Amino acid sequence: MTNYLVQATDIHKHFGNNHAVDGVSLHVKPGEVYGLVGSDGAGKTTTMRLLVGALVPSAGEINVCGFDVLKQVEQVRSQIGYLSQRFSMYEDLSVLENIRFFAEVRGLSQTEWLPRSMEILEFVGLADFKDRRAGLLSGGMKQKLGLASALVTRPRLLLLDEPTTGVDPVTRQDFWQLVIKLVAISPSPSGRGDRGEGVSVIITTPYMDEASRCHRVGFMKNGRIIAEDTPSALRSKLNGRILELRGSPLDVLRHVAHRDVDVEDVQAFGDRLHIRVRDDKARDVIRRLKSAIGGEGGRVAELRVVPPVLEDVFIDLSEDKDSTPPA
Amino acid sequence: MNSRLMSIIRKEFIQIFRDTRTLIMILVIPIMQLFLLGYSATNDVRNIPLAVVDRSRSPESRALLDSYRAADYFRIAYTVDSEADIEALISAGDARAAVIIPPDYAQNLSAGNAQVAFILDGSDPTSASTALSAAQLISQAHATEILTERFARTGSNLRVRPPVEVRTTVWYNPDLISAHFMIPGVIGMILYAIAAILTATSVVRERERGTIEQLIVTPIRPWELIVGKLMPYVILGFFNTIEVLAVGHWWFGMPIRGDLGLIIVLSIVFLITGLGIGLFASTIANTQQEAMLTVWMTLLPSIFLSGFFFPLEAMPTFLRWLSYLMPLRYYLVIIRSLLLKGVSLDMIQTDVLAMSLFAVGIMTAAALRFRKRLD
Repeated sequence: MTNYLVQATDIHKHFGNNHAVDGVSLHVKPGEVYGLVGSDGAGKTTTMRLLVGALVPSAGEINVCGFDVLKQVEQVRSQIGYLSQRFSMYEDLSVLENIRFFAEVRGLSQTEWLPRSMEILEFVGLADFKDRRAGLLSGGMKQKLGLASALVTRPRLLLLDEPTTGVDPVTRQDFWQLVIKLVAISPSPSGRGDRGEGVSVIITTPYMDEASRCHRVGFMKNGRIIAEDTPSALRSKLNGRILELRGSPLDVLRHVAHRDVDVEDVQAFGDRLHIRVRDDKARDVIRRLKSAIGGEGGRVAELRVVPPVLEDVFIDLSEDKDSTPPA
Repeated sequence: MNSRLMSIIRKEFIQIFRDTRTLIMILVIPIMQLFLLGYSATNDVRNIPLAVVDRSRSPESRALLDSYRAADYFRIAYTVDSEADIEALISAGDARAAVIIPPDYAQNLSAGNAQVAFILDGSDPTSASTALSAAQLISQAHATEILTERFARTGSNLRVRPPVEVRTTVWYNPDLISAHFMIPGVIGMILYAIAAILTATSVVRERERGTIEQLIVTPIRPWELIVGKLMPYVILGFFNTIEVLAVGHWWFGMPIRGDLGLIIVLSIVFLITGLGIGLFASTIANTQQEAMLTVWMTLLPSIFLSGFFFPLEAMPTFLRWLSYLMPLRYYLVIIRSLLLKGVSLDMIQTDVLAMSLFAVGIMTAAALRFRKRLD
């Protein structure tokens, strides 16, 4: 049964009356990249902190890498790498000194740490900056340093809490390439050979394009995971329900679309609108909108059913639907 | 040795040596405080500005004033004509004491009933009481001198002597130099303040800068983190002790009569108390400022209720009881006894025991409160 690297069962975390995590269950397989998405305050960071044992859950059980997080927290920690949302390297230490410190306290010996640190700095592309003070690095380089320090002991599980928030798109791309390489070369960049056991990654992100790179995605809301599946399976739930509308003027298009009884939501995507419609109503809506927009003096350039993107799913799930139970 | 522990200690040292503020605190502040307190916190009153009204203007009155001039307690700063002037000078704080010699001083002196008025500004009781006893001593000595002279003139070789003579011998600090009393106190205060403030801020800084979150998810055990964080400050505190002792000894001439090894060992025991207070403060405070304030709140009563400045014997019973709660109190007794009196361990064992209990108690309480967690 324990081919799961992470097994969390019905975990809760209360801060006074605030139920930050309210019954989360999570299963992550070896070699899997699991994305945890949700709005700010949904409980993503608290969940991550519970998984690494930085917080003690109010209720529930967490097993990571075969160890109980509550009872065998030190064993758990020797198996994981964690990159917190906030930069948490020592700014007054150099890149190499930081890596050395975290390598040594996590058990690398006098002879091991240097070659291993250099290898990992090479891997993340920081080798040329090894003597620079961490505080003087750019935002993206800081995140890479954090990743390097999390990776230096060859963890089996990597937990990345919003590693790309506030980082420029190019660096974000770089960062993801590293994560993908990491999972592909199992179990770690230098490789221990046994391919059966890949590095697992749990990553939280506010970016849907990043979520769609994950093997599986969990949507968090109000401290719960309200939907969890592969990105394509999640998207397929909205198949045939997303319309793309282009035309002018945009405010007329939006106004008319909102008025339609079978339209659930309208979102602007640049010069287009994404319209979510009720099940099996796409054809009716298209017909009605075309005539209604014409009647209001607007012009439709294009109106068609498009494949849903994760963002559509996210918006759908984020809306308060008190009557609908979570899927 | 435990390699995790070594890594923490090395990291702490790197950080200490890269942080100018901490370095100044460690290297400069102890010496600065030693000099400030060694020179300023002294009860040795010298050169009290004296105003004089000499209405007698006779050789006799000048002889009296000369005897004031000869003693360095007073400095004749003003010679004025009226008592009104004296009042003005003392009110303004320009003169702290005044002597008024009446016009008939010389005549009365030969009749044997001369009077001189001595006026004292009592608003600062410490210097006033010194001035008072100095004035009395000077006048008495002068009177004796006059009598001796008079007998000598009349051809009698009778030597005048007071019927009872008290022969005083002052032990340990024969010249009653305040600095010798203050410097051991300064050592205690520095050990306490530096250890507590640096420990508290270094732990809280991890929280403030977010590095604690990364530290938490390492397999470092809480005791390793505590020992690793404190060890550098034990070592630095040790050098501070030596530094202050050396400057106190060679610059201020403070004696070191007791066993130096014992002094250092007991100083480190006291240092642990300071480290414990700092660690405890770090479990309460969320920011470095809060940590600093918490430490200061314990430091001030410590200084006032430990016998640092004010003698414990002079305190009301309630405060004296409170003083037993101040670890600094025991250390001051110990370090003063060792430095100035050169006593052996068995003479101060009660204080050593009490201080050690505080060290163990505070450190245990702090370690129990210390959590390697975020909540």
